[in-house]
Amino acid sequence: MFNIIRERLAQGYRTGKYPKVEPVLAQRFRGRPVIKPQLCQPQCSLCIDSCPYGAIERINGKICLDMGRCLFCPTCTDICPHGALTFSNDFRLASNTRSGLIVDDTEYPMVQELNTKMKKLFGRSLKLRQVSAGGCNACEADLNVLGTLTYDLGRFGIQFVASPRHADGILITGPISENMKSAVLDTYAAIPEPKLVIASGACAIGGGPFRGSPEVNNQLGGVGDLLPVDLYIPGCPPHPYTALDAMIRLMGQIE
Amino acid sequence: MSQSKLIRFRHGTAIPLSELPLLDFTTFRESLLEEVGNHARVASFFGHPNENVLDLYAILSHDWQGELALLHTQVKDSYPSLTPDCPQMHLFERELAEQYGVRPEGHPWLKPVRFHNAWVGCADIWGRDPLQHPVPGDMEFYRVEGEEVHEVGVGPVHAGVIEPGHFRFQCHGEEIMHLEISLGFQHRGIEQMLSGGPHPTTPYQLEAAAGDTTIGHSCAYSQVIESLSGRDASPRAQALRAVGLELERLANHVGDVGAMAGDVGFLPTSSFCGRIRGDYLNLSADLCGSRFGRGFVRPGGVLFDLNLEQVANMLNKLEILEKDSRGAIELCFNNPSVLARFEGVGCVSVDDAETLGLVGVVAKASGLVRDTRLHHPIGAGIKDYAPPVIEVEGDVCARGNVRRREIYASHELLRETLNNLPEGTIYTEPAALAPNSLAISLCEGWRGELVHCAITNDAGKISRYKIVDPSFHNWSALALALRGEQISDFPVCNKSFNLSYCGFDL
Repeated sequence: MFNIIRERLAQGYRTGKYPKVEPVLAQRFRGRPVIKPQLCQPQCSLCIDSCPYGAIERINGKICLDMGRCLFCPTCTDICPHGALTFSNDFRLASNTRSGLIVDDTEYPMVQELNTKMKKLFGRSLKLRQVSAGGCNACEADLNVLGTLTYDLGRFGIQFVASPRHADGILITGPISENMKSAVLDTYAAIPEPKLVIASGACAIGGGPFRGSPEVNNQLGGVGDLLPVDLYIPGCPPHPYTALDAMIRLMGQIE
Repeated sequence: MSQSKLIRFRHGTAIPLSELPLLDFTTFRESLLEEVGNHARVASFFGHPNENVLDLYAILSHDWQGELALLHTQVKDSYPSLTPDCPQMHLFERELAEQYGVRPEGHPWLKPVRFHNAWVGCADIWGRDPLQHPVPGDMEFYRVEGEEVHEVGVGPVHAGVIEPGHFRFQCHGEEIMHLEISLGFQHRGIEQMLSGGPHPTTPYQLEAAAGDTTIGHSCAYSQVIESLSGRDASPRAQALRAVGLELERLANHVGDVGAMAGDVGFLPTSSFCGRIRGDYLNLSADLCGSRFGRGFVRPGGVLFDLNLEQVANMLNKLEILEKDSRGAIELCFNNPSVLARFEGVGCVSVDDAETLGLVGVVAKASGLVRDTRLHHPIGAGIKDYAPPVIEVEGDVCARGNVRRREIYASHELLRETLNNLPEGTIYTEPAALAPNSLAISLCEGWRGELVHCAITNDAGKISRYKIVDPSFHNWSALALALRGEQISDFPVCNKSFNLSYCGFDL
């Protein structure tokens, strides 16, 4: 007993103060891409060609990066000789819409809160059923981290629950393998209305590393092809702060 | 055994296919059984379609000699199963049957493994419709009938935030008589996507073979490509990979000890370890920007270096984390009520471990010395690896203790490696791959031995890539460990194994 108390004192108080205090992330953390068109050379396509998942495109002469396809590897930024494409340390990446994940040189909008009716229902208490559907377990691992005392998800009223009957929404990770498709649809159907759908991680948004495999189900637009998605959380896997920020903004807990 | 029947080699070299003796099946079978009788174990066994026949390759590991042996034969539609004489082959044979429609005659437990259509145009041996995707879990489960016997089915969707899998318990009251595990829900078709490669997408897919073993799988993959291109990664790159591997081991082992404590209701260790695990992941992010080591290892080396200041910074953080980890872990292993729940539960005997060809934490907890870092080292960073941690009881406590001691050994190893990083470059572009060759690499991921094997075609492209995650061997041990245990002990048993679904399903 005394040992436990002594160890508790030694370990200290560890819960982060987000959203009041900004977290300090690793210097090398690759967050939201920053595009500087003034440095970009119009004839150059090095970054576009370097991305094996086609996340970068030139639209109307301007470079755009689709965070729904991006795996946040350092390839494109390393190859750009002009410094026109870099990753910032900003972990606020999520969007309410699929097209909202496309970053250009304009200001990136934050997640919008739910409409008044839904916010009244879910703004202070959001119970989610998580379904892992063919991913690699990294998304799940960093969602579980949200339950540790560093993030303490419960203090925002968010909880992962065991039964879809107790849930207000479904959070899907993974590219929806053929073998998990019916389980995903059944779980969604078992959640009472009204309900939310959250697609978390590159796989759920657009197939991630497995885009194009005949064994997975999102060749076109990801989970969005099967279910109406309310929140997209990009990353491979998303940083816990990316997921936390996305969910509490959706609930209207950040002004 | 005459040398002409098989090839003995160390991993890290590419072997021209023309040098491999082709054995008739009887000789193959006898040689394999003889090798296994001489303390070899089956590291990998896979097929490769070759016109009308199926080439079979068996890779056997002689751990104490640091050697691998390779046996090669051909079969057509069926062959006499090796499983009755060599139970380590059981899943490999089921896998082959599902992929290529070859029937291992006399296999005692011939059921689908991952529930996908056959890879070649052949009849499905379970008579499933080739035009429809198989239904996962659609197979005959082993059933016990009788008064007061009942069945408990769990999954694919589990109660927590974990991967999908289906478990069927045959119970008598609280006692589990039999557990059958049916996986395949995470099957993404990684091995098929690799054929014709390496593609630009390949490193990303291998990093996501099992996300918690990103660095392990990407090291194993990189070593295969480096072996085939005849160009090793620089000593500095190899040392940095070793740093990444140990950080991965620390994060997962600490998380597992916390999860085991949580499952017996000992919350101090559970919550401390949850936080500490995250801090080890942050060290991986310090190294390469990703908490899971994404984008760190590539064939040819690594993409991120550490300067002197960064090394010093990492050593400082490690020192603090080591103290926190020891405090949190010792609390749990010094607590009699925790030990009462850990000890004597979920035992795997050394004989069963050897028969099933177990690897990694599970094998070490049952008294088997199996550690790639010791037996099959590659590169500079790992050459001074001390003898691995061994426990003998084979129970939940032993698996926890292996992790606990490996955590402390990893701290030591990291300090050693970070203080002695060799000078030099971190990346050299790999050369073209040798055509018509075979290369194997082994890497000690945190769960155990990862075996990657590639065969190239005339053009030097991959025609078959085979991955063996430690979970492939070890899931059977979980089922075995549960026999005669109470169903309420399943969670802590399961956590003490903490096997990968996606690493198995691929």
